[in-house]
Amino acid sequence: MIQLDNVSVSYGRGEREFCAVKDVSLHVPKSSIQGIIGFSGAGKSTLLRSINLLERPSAGRILIDGTDLTILNPAQLREARHNIGMIFQHFNLVNNLTVRKNVELALKFAGVSRAFRKEKARQALEIVDLASKENAYPGQLSGGQKQRVAIARALAPQPQILLCDEPTSAVDPRTTGSILQYLKDINTEFGITTVLVTHEMNVVKALADEIAILEGGALVEQVSTKDIRRKNFIPTSDIGAYLLDDSIRLNPTVELAASEPVQSVEELHHV
Amino acid sequence: MFERIVEIYPELLTALGQTFTMIAVAIPLAIAGGTPLGILLYLWGPDGLSPRPKVHKVLDTAVNIARSFPFLILLIAIIPFTRLLVGTTIGTAAVIVPLTINAVPYFARFVEQNLTQLGQGTVEAALAMGAKHRQVISHVLLVDAIPALVGSVTIMTVSFISYSAMAGLVGGGGIGDFAIRYGYYRYETPLMVLAILLMIALVSLVQVSGSRLSRALDKR
Repeated sequence: MIQLDNVSVSYGRGEREFCAVKDVSLHVPKSSIQGIIGFSGAGKSTLLRSINLLERPSAGRILIDGTDLTILNPAQLREARHNIGMIFQHFNLVNNLTVRKNVELALKFAGVSRAFRKEKARQALEIVDLASKENAYPGQLSGGQKQRVAIARALAPQPQILLCDEPTSAVDPRTTGSILQYLKDINTEFGITTVLVTHEMNVVKALADEIAILEGGALVEQVSTKDIRRKNFIPTSDIGAYLLDDSIRLNPTVELAASEPVQSVEELHHV
Repeated sequence: MFERIVEIYPELLTALGQTFTMIAVAIPLAIAGGTPLGILLYLWGPDGLSPRPKVHKVLDTAVNIARSFPFLILLIAIIPFTRLLVGTTIGTAAVIVPLTINAVPYFARFVEQNLTQLGQGTVEAALAMGAKHRQVISHVLLVDAIPALVGSVTIMTVSFISYSAMAGLVGGGGIGDFAIRYGYYRYETPLMVLAILLMIALVSLVQVSGSRLSRALDKR
């Protein structure tokens, strides 16, 4: 369970102070998928990164299962981070390490002893169907495969929370659906609490249970995907209206993404 | 001419050996000293893992000062220090001291640059995984920087082969000194040409093998 209490993140001081996230409170129940959507510069990535304190909030509390991360000392924070996996838009794999070694790195940082790392890394790679690529280098993989390795790396230490920062924005539209499918399956199978930041309407609609809409750093609207689907929702923001209107696409690539793979996830949602 | 070369051959060999010794001692020392220094420059720098502007400024300035000395001036300026350290101010051992002192900050800059260039992505990923700063540096940054670092060692070695030619000034010997003594002072142009050819061969060998190694290690 994630609880954000009045979280603000600002940079700089005095007149040059810039507030990227303004007084956001958000509750993400265990095992749910929380989407965060907004235009670029809305502060959605900053908000996500404040959950594991990659960005330290200037005000507010970050509660993970009741523990406030903002008051932990560095060693305690590292310990807490072992429980929070994260994937990124540009994958952020170590290029000079093989796929399996990349996954093992997360296990090493999490304090898993050497004897278990290899096996656990293989198991994590099996979840994303990449066990056969364990000895390949990231440079030999496609964007979608790299993101799957990143997912395996995030999952290997068996975290309770998975943070996804624009996970499909750097993969080609046809691969988007497959990445979303993996994230959906992982959520279902392991009950992992997932927070997904994206600017793609279809992505968030396909995956999230709840959608938070950010504008200018502030949380302007929170709506469940169910209510969107039932049109049981009166939007007050532009993005809210876009979410409701199936014919409007903000990003041309999303349209492509929607063609087949993404819809398969949507169908899965309907079942 | 051929007889002259045969005659001078032992001395040429000695000169080559001296150059080799200077490089073989100074470069590893520069790597050993420059790597931690470069890591600190990165770590405390504005884009580093734990920026410490004031300490960074001091270190940065110190490195700049050390790098400002033309090698020839440094060679002379630190003579008392050299005597203190190796007990003599002439010969190959005496040249290794200024060579190393010049090479350490030189390599530190390479390390700093190579680490900074890697960008924030993998660092953030590692931090998100709960890595310690020490682990981020040793398991992520240095691993990804290795091909670039090998390239930097290559550039440094080539530069210092040329610097080592100034060793003649303090009786340090080496192939450059050989060229000056015979080619310049004694007007034996063929010996100068020979020495230059040897230098070209040496530099090419270092550059080609360095580039190959760097490419082999780069898995991007």
